[in-house]
Amino acid sequence: MKKFLPLLAMCLPLMGWAQNDNPMYSNGKIYVVVAVIAVIFVGLALYLVQLDRKITKLENEK
Amino acid sequence: MKGSIYKVLGVLLVVYSLIYGLLTKVPDMPIIEESIRNLFYHVSMWFAMVAMMAASFWNAIRFLGTEDLAKDRRSISLAEMGMFFSFMGLFTGMIWAKFTWGAWWTNDPKLNGTAITILIYLAYFVLRNSMDDARKKARISAVYNIFAFVMMIVFIGILPRMTDSLHPGNGGNPGFNSYDLDNGLRIVFYPAVIGWILVGTWIASLRYRLKALQE
Repeated sequence: MKKFLPLLAMCLPLMGWAQNDNPMYSNGKIYVVVAVIAVIFVGLALYLVQLDRKITKLENEK
Repeated sequence: MKGSIYKVLGVLLVVYSLIYGLLTKVPDMPIIEESIRNLFYHVSMWFAMVAMMAASFWNAIRFLGTEDLAKDRRSISLAEMGMFFSFMGLFTGMIWAKFTWGAWWTNDPKLNGTAITILIYLAYFVLRNSMDDARKKARISAVYNIFAFVMMIVFIGILPRMTDSLHPGNGGNPGFNSYDLDNGLRIVFYPAVIGWILVGTWIASLRYRLKALQE
């Protein structure tokens, strides 16, 4: 996880792309939603990593 | 670790598409408006599905050439993953259709073609489960897989383009290319497609390895 944080941080300055004239974006709360979605997907990815490791362990035992 | 690079890359690309898909500037189109962002999520499901089915098809052919059961396990795992993507594409498409075309389901050739494709692939899973002998099962399902893949290409790739369709890029409707002038959509859409294909390959490989362990 720590490895990816700098990558995500690098993306931050580019987020000014969001449309400001649209009510969905004008109050800036869209970033909260974006962060939530990203956290959910990263969580799923970490779950997959764990599953992958467990299967690797089983393969090594066999 | 070397074999895991594609997994990390896949996750990063999907995360990128989730973030930028919501934040990037999109063309202002009537009716679809902000829902044009579904291009990054809904359409990438279909691209990932076709890639999974193509890889499954390729492994089916390789099985017939080598009689190696590992190829058969790869083939079925990839088809299962492709099936998952097609259901996700179908359900997300239904939501999108409700708010742009006004109905959950229309008689659009692409929708009906997809429904037929899903039925063809469901028959593939039923066919597999109806046989006990591993070699016979693998051989017959590999042959059926080739048929199913060709049918998929016909139903979702060829027929919708020959008749009128509500989907962009079919039957005289413009594709995304024509109004995609600032490339704003493309720089999110292509990474999303590649990301989902890589993540799908990863999950399929987990299923494949589990199947190998179970035997």
